[in-house]
Formats: sequence, structure tokens, C-alpha cells
Amino acid sequence: MNAMNDIGAVQTILPKAPKCVSAWRSAAMVLAIGAAACFSMPEQLGLLTRIFVTALLVLSLDLVVGVAGLATLGHAAMFGVGAYAAGNFALHVAPDPLVGLAIGMVAGGVLALVSGLFLLRYQGFTFLMLTVAVSQIMLSLAQKARDWTGGDDGLSGFMNSPLLGRFAFDLEGKVAAGYSLIVLVVLFYVARRLVDSPFGLAVRGVHENRARMAALGTPVFRRLLAVYTAAGLLAGAAGALSAQTNAVVGLDSLSFALSAEILVMLVLGGAGNLNGALLGAAIFTMLHHTASSINPYHWLFVVGFLLMAVVLISPAKALALLRRRLGGVQ
Amino acid sequence: MSTLFNIAIDGLAYGMVLFVVAVGMSVTLGLMRFVNLSHGAFAMVGGYCAAYLTRDAQWSFWLATPVALLVTGLLGAVLEALVLKHLYRRKELEQVLFTIGLSFVLIATTNAIAGPQVQLIKLPEFLSGSVDLGIRTLPAQRLLVIGAGLLVAAACTWTISHTRFGVWLRAAVDHSSTASTLGIPIRLVQCASFAAGAALAGLGGILGAELMPLEPYYAIKYLVLVLVVVAVGGMGSVPGTMAAAVLLGLIETASKYLASDWGSLFFFLAMACLLAWRPQGLFKR
Amino acid sequence: MSQLLEVRGLDKHFGGLHVTRNVSFQVAAGERLALIGPNGAGKTTLVNQVSGVLRPDSGAIYLQGEDVTPRSQAQRVRAGLARTFQITTLAPHFPVQRQVELALFEREGLTGRAWRSIDSYPALQAEALELLERLGLRAHASVATQDLAYGEQRLVEMALALALRPKVLLLDEPMAGVPKGDGARLLAALDSLPRELGVLIIEHDMDLVFRFASRILVLAEGAVLANGTPDEIRRDPKVRAAYLGP
Repeated sequence: MNAMNDIGAVQTILPKAPKCVSAWRSAAMVLAIGAAACFSMPEQLGLLTRIFVTALLVLSLDLVVGVAGLATLGHAAMFGVGAYAAGNFALHVAPDPLVGLAIGMVAGGVLALVSGLFLLRYQGFTFLMLTVAVSQIMLSLAQKARDWTGGDDGLSGFMNSPLLGRFAFDLEGKVAAGYSLIVLVVLFYVARRLVDSPFGLAVRGVHENRARMAALGTPVFRRLLAVYTAAGLLAGAAGALSAQTNAVVGLDSLSFALSAEILVMLVLGGAGNLNGALLGAAIFTMLHHTASSINPYHWLFVVGFLLMAVVLISPAKALALLRRRLGGVQ
Repeated sequence: MSTLFNIAIDGLAYGMVLFVVAVGMSVTLGLMRFVNLSHGAFAMVGGYCAAYLTRDAQWSFWLATPVALLVTGLLGAVLEALVLKHLYRRKELEQVLFTIGLSFVLIATTNAIAGPQVQLIKLPEFLSGSVDLGIRTLPAQRLLVIGAGLLVAAACTWTISHTRFGVWLRAAVDHSSTASTLGIPIRLVQCASFAAGAALAGLGGILGAELMPLEPYYAIKYLVLVLVVVAVGGMGSVPGTMAAAVLLGLIETASKYLASDWGSLFFFLAMACLLAWRPQGLFKR
Repeated sequence: MSQLLEVRGLDKHFGGLHVTRNVSFQVAAGERLALIGPNGAGKTTLVNQVSGVLRPDSGAIYLQGEDVTPRSQAQRVRAGLARTFQITTLAPHFPVQRQVELALFEREGLTGRAWRSIDSYPALQAEALELLERLGLRAHASVATQDLAYGEQRLVEMALALALRPKVLLLDEPMAGVPKGDGARLLAALDSLPRELGVLIIEHDMDLVFRFASRILVLAEGAVLANGTPDEIRRDPKVRAAYLGP
């Protein structure tokens, strides 16, 4: 009790201690911005839905790359597995979207857990290459299992029953947009709480200095496996959302190109503080949407140039500033 | 039996192409610890140069190829000296992203200059035919590729172990800080090795033009394969790169012949197993 | 006096190099054992084996009587062994307070908790601040560790080790690289270490060694050259020979 009083007294004279931004406040912000976008651009609901789904995927990647510090080029595997799982569930079992969402999450989580048991024994370049191997193996399996994936033609023909029994998925995409936004917001809240917890602090410590954390008594492998699995759950959710809002799942959801693209989005938006993931996904998707009518090669030029610029102009300082303002390691 | 033989020849040829393209990247990785994902672009540039010289300028293949290599090597040297050397101290992820960006820009530029269609290299007459070895006939092009790959391997190994440059190279890889204090011109070694690697990649692009068609996306399409070879073979190891390239080339070719609907599954499965068994590469330096 | 740390017959080769030759010593509760020796004697290698970073080829390490030789670094920490490192700090980008809190969370086994925010553990926050206060770092609580002066970063290292409430503390050259003038707070921190703690300290600064240590262990070429009180070591002819040459 005395300590508490002392703390109060001391804090009036000395600088404030570091403090995390409240999780629900961040989540509320995302909800507000997303809802505002939907209401102000009702003819762009399809694009906005795509942004919300992509944002969730890049968010899951941020847990692995930005928070845990594990550079991966195989993250699309969890997304694709979630998408195919949700699609097949809707096609063969029941078209309930929320159950399908759960199925997709579980699929992504299981893949992350199983592959993580193997992958996380390695570090650096070896780990990076092995993530590529895992996702390419999943892609090959998907190509082979045409009965479940539709092969090159993709999986289609599944529908969604009304959300919560009441909200039927309409042609304008209003329900789809609302559904994906809310799922994004809820999972963003979960991710925020994860990162701001003692577990998240330990994972960030492993990112900073893996060897040193063992000297603090941290069970490093277990922590990394847990965060990798959590990311898999979120990526699987994004996959399920993608399947449900697009009514089709293609092989590109498992591709190396997708894994690379989301990494680019994450870097452009700023890795490590979760907000950058959403920002990068939004900006990149909007840019791509506007540029897609133009020659795809010009789009490549722009992205390539941006990437080089972002690396050269030392975003480290800019990121640190952004991080402090939007609530990163505080 | 003849299928097995075809697999062996095609696989070996494919492996040699992978080796020639990958060896430069492996040395660069081992020497400068620099992850250069624009390496595939050099293979593309070499191939495009040769295509242009043989088709549009009507040069002989035997003249066009060395010139193409020279151009690619020069491009590599210029890029290294002006831009890439500033990134040596940066984190892995930053190098990855920058060089991916560079690849994108090179792809877009290639398309702007030459258009999106596949580029064909005009081979001399006899290379389009077959060679009768007595027991079998082989496509001449395959023989050229295999022969070139072996020559490159021999040249690299000889350079590394028998020339002063090789001594410098090894010193720079093993003890970079002390090497410079000993008077070894580190910058020269770095730039020259990078340029040589780029030129070799160009050669790989030319040799492999049949197996890996030259079009603007070439730079990243086959990047994964090269990365896999480098990772499995071990950074900075020439024998490792050769072993990995041939092994993986054979596996990929075999699976194309025997189990084509499984795609590249066995390639990546083999890669994962090999890397798991030897995370530092087949021949740890 | 009970033996907190006992090392018996530790031996290690690095390829052809015999880096640790049959080293044995003890650290009792309250003892300050200084590990000294010429460069290349194998001091850090020895400490790495004691803390679990390296595995010895043969020999055993006992912590409070328990054989910890097969255990990992993290397990030894939980058994009461903490160390500081010479070169890097744990998390350069973390504010100082967060680093110490991380060590506290780890000690309490709370890093498996993934829901409550780190700001909602007031007792641990208070303990972190108190520890920082003791080391004179309170004013820097919100500063990123890498922005501190080098001497202060060394203090943060020590704060982390102390936060773990170890029984045995291994200090790997705590004063290395700290300019002479800035060392005062570090020295004060060393002096104010808990009495019951057993401390093994590697140091090159002889003034510090003779002032701080209750016993000195001299290592040369991987083997124990001498083990005694500061006076005994000062007078030992073998030690003088090792340092001053033949």
C-alpha cells in the first residue's frame, strides 16, 4: 500500500512511466474509420471488403514478422488453407458463415502449429527458405487434390446462409462489408491485447535478442510457437472471410506471390505496431485498385520504386516516431 | 530405360543451369552476407542481350554470348558500386525488400524496352540438332549446357584455390575485418565477385533459355529455385551449390516426367529435408 | 557456509584447442569471487559453461547442491543463476522500465499470460521502479535503452540480473568500456549487492578486483593457476609470472 502512495508521489515529479495504448480504444478507432469509409463510399463496398480482409491477413503477418521478428515468405499457406477449409465446409457441410469462419481459423491455426514445430527450430535465412518450402508444398498438394480444391479452376459454387440467421448476404455487398469489418475489429482487438500482455512483451523481447532472452529464463521455442499459431488462426480467419465474400477460392491464395505481396504491404505501412499492417494493406490495395486499369508493368515499377525508397530513406526513424504516436512498445 | 536416361540428361542440364545462375548469388551471400533477390534479373539481362544480338543484330551465337556476359557483368559492377554496397550493413529483411523492389523495376523496364513476349535466342545450326555418342544420341544443346556448367565449376574452383584473387576472396569471406588491415583490397574483391556472379547469372539465363523462357517476369519467376539451391548448397560454397543444383535439378526433372500432377512437391519436400538435415548447407564452409 | 555454486572438473575442447582444463572452484553464500587472468585464458568460456550457453565436455556444475549440468540456460535461471553479458543489452529499443518488467514477469512465470495488459500489474511495476531507483536509473524509466550512456546501459544489465532474484550472480566484465569517471554508480551498485548473494565476477580492473573480491581465482590457458584471498594472490609468484611474463 505504501508503495502505491510512493509511486503516486514520485510520478508527479519525475517523467511518466511508459504506458500502452488501451486496446479497445485502438479497436474502436479502426471500427470508426472502417464504418466511415463504408458509409461515405457505398459504391465501393466490394473494394472496402477486400481491404478489410487483406488488412486482417497483413495483421496476422505482423504478429510473425513485426512482433516476433521472424521473416517469412510462406504466410499465404495459412490463408489459403483457411479459405479452402471454409469453402469446402460451406459446400459439403453447412453454409453458416460464422461456423465456416471458425473452421477456417482452426485450419490456419493447425497448419501454423504443425509447421511451426518444424520451422521454428531454424533461424534467419534457413527459416525463411523453409517457410517457402512449406507453402510451396501446400500449393502442390492443392494442385493435386482437385476434388477438394478445384485445381486451376478454383473452388466455387458455395454460398453463405444469412449471418446470425438474419442478415442475408446482399448483392450490393453491405452485409459482406459489415461482416468483414467486424471480424477485423474483433480480431484486431485480440491481437492488440496479445501484444500488450506479458506474453507479447516476452515475444518482443525474443525479437530484440533471442539469445539473451534464454538468459532471462524464457522458454523461447514455446513462446514463438504460440505466437506463430495465433498468427495462423488470424490468417485462417482472413482466408475464410475471403472465401465467403468472394464465393471462390483460387490457387493464388497459396502462392508465393501473395506471401511476398503481403510482406511488401506490411513494410510499406510499418511493421511491429499492428496499426501499420492495416495502413499498409489499405494503401496498397487502394493503389493497386486504381493502377490495375493501367498496364500491370507500370504498377510493378511503382511498387518496386516505393520499396527501394522505403528501405533507402531509413524508415526506422519514421517508424519509431509513428510507433510512439500510435502506441507500439510503450 | 530410355526415360531414365532422358531424366538423367535433362536433369543434369537443368541442374547445371541452376548452378551457373546460383553460384554468383551463393558467393555474394557468403562474401558480403548480402541477400540479393535481384540476381534473377541478371540472368534475364544476359538472356535478353544474347537474344537481341543474335536475332536483331544477327551476330553469331559465339560472339553474342561473351558480349552479353560482359554487358551483364558491367551492369552488376555498376549497380554494386553505386547502389548495393550501401546496403551491406542493413538488416536481412531490408536487403530482401530493396532487391525485390529493384527486380520489379528491372522487370518493368525490360517490358518497356522489349515488350512482354518471350525472347528467343538464335542458336547456331549444329546446336539445334543432336550429337551421336555411339550408344545414344543427345540433343547438342544439352551437351553444351552440361559442358559449360562443368567448365564454370572448374573455373570457379581453380580461381578460388589457385589465384591470388581467390586467396583474397577466401580471406575476405573468413575474416573480413583483418583482411582489409592486411592490405587486401576488399572493395575490389566485393565488386569484382559481384560482377562475376552477375555475368555467370547471365550465362545461366542464356544456357537455360529453353527450359526457362525469357520474358519480363523471369526475374522473379525462377528466383525461388535459385534461392533454394543457394540455401541447400550452403552460402559461399561452390561445391555445395553444384551438389544442390544437380540433386534438385534431377529431382525436379524426374517428378516432371514421372509424377507431373504433383507439381513441384518433391522438389520442395527434398529441399525441406535437405535443409532440415543440414541447415548450414550441404558443404558447410 | 553453504556452497551456492560448485564447479568440479570442468573440461572443454574447441576442436584442437583445450580451452578449459579441469577447472574446479566453489562460491559460497555471501562470497565475492573474482575471476582474473590474461586475455585468452578462457574466462568467458568458463562463465558460458557455468551459465549454460556452452556444454562442457566433462565435469559437473552444482547449484545449491543440485546437479544442473544437463539443464538448459533457462532452467538454470529458474534454479537461481543469473548473469550479465559483456556486449549487448537485452532489448535496445525497449524503454528501461519495460526491460526490467520483462525480467520480473519472467521470474514470476507470467509470460504465458496473454490477455491482461502489462500495465495492469501494479506490484511488479512498483518493484521495477524500486529497482531502478536503487540503481539511480529512475529518471530514465521511459527512455529507450539504446539512448542511454554506455555506463547506464551496463547498470540496466545489472538491474535485469538482480530482478531475477538469483542466488548466484555471474558478472561478465561489468566495467568493460565504461569511462573511468562514469563508473561510480556501477561501483556503488556492486557494493550494494544483496549480502547473501554469491557473486562470480570477471574483471580486468585490478583496483576494483582487490577492493571488491573476498577471494580471487586466477585462470591461465584454461587452467586454474591460483585460488585464494586477495593477499595470497598478490604474493603468489606464479600469478606474477603469468601476468608479468618470464
